[in-house]
Formats: sequence, structure tokens, C-alpha cells
Amino acid sequence: MKILVCVKQVPDTTEVKLDPRTNTLIREGLPSIINPDDKAAIEEALKIKDKTGAEIILLSMGPAQADYALREGLAMGADRAILLSSRAFGGADTWATSLTIAEAIKRIPEIDIIFCGRQAIDGDTAQVGPEIAEHLNIPQITYVKKITSLTDKSITAERALEDGYEVIEATLPVVLTTIKEANTPRLATMNGIIRAFDEQQVELWDENKISIPVERLGLKGSPTKVKKSFAPPMKAPGHMVEGLNDKEKIRILVSHLLEKNLI
Amino acid sequence: MNFELQPKHRMIQETCRKFADMEIEPIAAETDETGEFPLQTVKRMGELGILGISIPKEYGGAGAGYTGFAVAIEEIAKSCAATATVLVAHVSLCCSVLLNAGTEEQKQKYLVPLAKGEKLGAFALTEPNAGSDAANQQTVAVRDGDDYVINGSKIFITNGGYADYYMVSAMTDQSVGLKGISVFIVEADRAGFSIGTKENKMGIRGSSTTELVFRDVRVPKGNMIGKEGSGFKIMMQSLDAGRMVVASQAVGIAQAAYEEALKYAKERVQFGKPIAKLQVIYNMLADMATQIECARLLVSRAAWGKDNGKPFALQACMAKVYCSEMATKVTHDAIQIHGGYGFIKDYKVERLYRDARITEIYEGTSEIQRQVISGHILRK
Repeated sequence: MKILVCVKQVPDTTEVKLDPRTNTLIREGLPSIINPDDKAAIEEALKIKDKTGAEIILLSMGPAQADYALREGLAMGADRAILLSSRAFGGADTWATSLTIAEAIKRIPEIDIIFCGRQAIDGDTAQVGPEIAEHLNIPQITYVKKITSLTDKSITAERALEDGYEVIEATLPVVLTTIKEANTPRLATMNGIIRAFDEQQVELWDENKISIPVERLGLKGSPTKVKKSFAPPMKAPGHMVEGLNDKEKIRILVSHLLEKNLI
Repeated sequence: MNFELQPKHRMIQETCRKFADMEIEPIAAETDETGEFPLQTVKRMGELGILGISIPKEYGGAGAGYTGFAVAIEEIAKSCAATATVLVAHVSLCCSVLLNAGTEEQKQKYLVPLAKGEKLGAFALTEPNAGSDAANQQTVAVRDGDDYVINGSKIFITNGGYADYYMVSAMTDQSVGLKGISVFIVEADRAGFSIGTKENKMGIRGSSTTELVFRDVRVPKGNMIGKEGSGFKIMMQSLDAGRMVVASQAVGIAQAAYEEALKYAKERVQFGKPIAKLQVIYNMLADMATQIECARLLVSRAAWGKDNGKPFALQACMAKVYCSEMATKVTHDAIQIHGGYGFIKDYKVERLYRDARITEIYEGTSEIQRQVISGHILRK
């Protein structure tokens, strides 16, 4: 069995600070991590490898520094890593990204399962995984929290909803997007880390490896553009209504709302 | 000159940090309180390859060298100095003896399971009358046919009672002083070998420090490491590199204390402002930060020397004496910054102060380090 896992290196947004003057994110000096949902995807793939000896291939589209994220995946136990990196891919929105990744996947024969993380903590769109499935014309199961059965022809998984879950069966090949709550990813071992850096390779693929016209890549190939990123303005602290009793407090609240023409 | 960690060492650092945060930190205070040996943590370190981190790959280790080892020790010591002590004794003392001087057969039989974390090791040099005067050994090993019979005792042995293999020094020829010392592998289940007193220590209380008793312990001649009479040199060679690892442990303890003090100083308000804004306090913090930075650089320099085939023993001694004395000072000041709270066991700095103290003593006291350093500098 051959499994491909799409991985994105992202800034660790739990550490992000706001510039108080401009109200935008300070990106410099932020540590880079494997996107948490993607790490869960790697762990799900490795769990299958533990049971079946499947081959795990990691694929990432990003700048050269994403090599480090792929090495971490190799250190966790993946077998092969591919970095899609080129100036031609720069500025890609989710459409161009998913198209590029899908074309790269077509270059790797006989893939049974494609794992993606549900969404990246920097973009937060959750679009790339489902779009890859559509480009490849294969079924998808999103928000996977558990794989309950797997044969060489089909897979059954639990799909998380807000108030419960669905059980979905799909034929292979399939795209699965995982949520970080699906598992606790294993730590890389010391042996794995040294092997990942000293013995294993990260294959570098650019636009010459995939057959899409250059104008459908990167910024040029992006139907959507990010105009501005900003944090919503801080809400003013609320005002606690004081009063002798609940009836009195309600009377005062209503008078405030009438004053502001809210009711 | 590149002062950045290589990516593989950075990943080791990050991974050990995560491991320590998730699995060591939550039980560190309890480990100190009860003095219970962290068996589960040791098992996990075995699974993660930490117990063989610097051992070459051909012997089942990770092959991360001493830079990788130092970085791992610092992160682990930051959470629990006792756990770091277990690791120091296992890797840089016990495993080094086999790696430096063992035969291929001994390496396959003993070093490989140690590096893979299947077995735990210990290093038994110190005796009641042989501390800094390590050559004053009284444990004897007498040749009898194809065996040696060992009689005597050792004290203050880390991992005592939990180790599977002990590297034990003993006199094979009492007439030639330190040239009469040999080293033997003693398996824990050898008849006549027993564990004596377990020490009740001021710090690193989760590590097991015991007496070892040898009563007619018979080991085959194949268990001797190196030739008869080469034991002192072999044991000292292990200590040479072990020093920089203890230095790194001290840096980890100091870093933890500094971070606690920094956090406390920003939160504690007296005289209408956080005490971090008071000059007496921020000067102390500035000194702590500077000394830790120096200390870590010394360790890196020693580790670089070892990993690149350059002389490193002098730098390792310098690192050991500087880092350990720095850790005592930094943990002392961290308590001072905490004021009364620093004296309360609920606050981490109390344990860090007690844990730091041993780093000035074991694996060669500061006095011994200065003697070795002086030997180097006065030779020129």
C-alpha cells in the first residue's frame, strides 16, 4: 500500500504577537512547525504503516525552509519526502496550490490514500484537501477523526461533526483530511532524526516536473488574492449593569438599549 | 565560525524539549519528593533512542555525537536534573567505557543493548577511600583460572540497583599503584554481587545512588575491558567527555531557574511596580542571562572539539567547573528574586537550588577540574 501525506510548514500561531500600532501579526522570529492537522495526518499514515508496512510519502509545497518540516516527518518514520518549491509557485491561492499539488501527485503512481490536514493554522481555509480530491476526481472524507477499517480496496472512517460524527465508507484511492484531535502524534526518535538528515533525501521538484502551463501556477494562476490580513479590533470591556435586584437591572439595561436605538 | 545549531541538532533540541514538557516535567516535583526512580521515563528514553544518543549507529545508537547529547541533556535537565543524571551515567560513563576500550565482541554483547535502551548501565569507580584520589582503589580482582574473583565495595554509584551492567574498577596488581587497576563488566545477576545502602540525597533525589558490595564475585576473563593495568586510563577517558555533559546538565538547571525568576519578577508587584523594573533585580537577571550564555558556549566548544576529532579535555574541564559554579549562583539568585516564596517547596526554584549543588562535586570536583586545567596551562 502507498500513502501520500500533504504537509505544510506554518508559523506557530500560538506564539504570535500583535503589533499594537498596526494591529497586524508580527511574523518575524516565529518558530516554524508542521501544521497540527497535517501532523495528525502523518501519524494516521504511520499507524497504517505500523500495521501493514505501507510506504509513506510526504509532499509539501513551500519555500526551501520547508525541508525542515519534511525531515521531521521522515524522522517520525516516513519513507520518502518531496518538496515542491519554485518561484513559479509563489503567491498561490488555494486553487493554484491544490492544482499544483494534484499534478505532482499524478507523477507518483499507484497511490492508495492521500492524507491532508483539515486546514492550516495560518490560512484557515480548509479548501486545499477537498480541491485536490476534485482535481484528481477521487472521493474524499473530510474531518476524519478515526479510521475504523481498511482493505486494499476500501476504507471506513469516522467524520467529525459539531454534534457527533458520521461513518463514511469510500473506495480507494481516496483523499482524507484529518483533524488534530484524531491522535497524539509520535515524537521523532533520535535515530530517526539523524537518519533523516544524514542518510535520507528530500527530493526537490519544480515547475518542470509537472505539466501545467506556467500561467496557471502561483500568483498568476490564483483567482483569489489576499488583500489584507488583520486582527479584529479589540472589543472594549463590557459594562456590568448594577441594580438593587434583577427587575431593576433589566429596567436599566432596556433603557440603555433604547438610548442606543438598538431596540 | 558558525554559532547556530545544525538542523539535526536543532530538531533533537526541539524533540527533547517536547518530550520533557509532556512526560518529564509533570512528574518532576513528585519524583523529587518521593525519591522514586523514574522507571517509565527511562523506558521512554530508551524508545526514543535517547539512551544511545551519542553512540555510533553501528552499535545501535543514534550517532548524534556529543553536540546532540549535550543539547538533549540540557533540555531534560531543565525539567528534571535527576532524570538527566540517570542518562549521564548510562551514556557518557558506562557506554563510553565499552565504546572506547571494549572488544568488538564486548561491544556487540553489552554496548548494543545499552544503546538500544534494552539495558541500563552504571560506572563504578568511587570507593569509601577513593573519591578524588581515584587511584586509591581497594576493591581487588584476583585471577583464578579463567576467571577473576572480585571483592570490595563501591559507594555513590548512580543507577545502583537499577543497572543491568556495571563497569567496575578493581586492583589486579596492588604493587604498582594506579597501573595495577583494571576494569570489569559485572552483570547485576552475578552471584556475590549486591546493592548496599541507598543514599538519601539533598538533590537529584529521583536518581538512585547506592553502595555496591562484591563478595567473591566471579567474572570470566572475557569480562575484563582492555588489558590488565589499563583500567585507570579507561575510566579517566570516560570522565573526560562525561564532564561536558554534566556541564550541560548544570546549564539546563540554571536555565530553568532563570526562566522562573524572570517570570516571577515580571509578575510580582512591590512598591507599585513589577520588581523586574527595580535595578537590583534586573541587574541580577542580566548577570544570570549572561553567565548562562557563556556557560552554554563553553559546553558547545567542548562538544565541537570531541565531535570533530580535536582536543577537548581541557575545554570539558573548563565547562564543568564554570557551568556547575554558575548553576549554584544562578539558582541561589533565583531563590533570592522569589523572596520568601523561593524558600517554599511549592516553587520550583527550591528544588533547582538543591539539584544544582551536586554538579560542582560529581564526575570530578571543581578542585580536580582546576588541577587538570592547571596541568594543561602550566605545561606550556
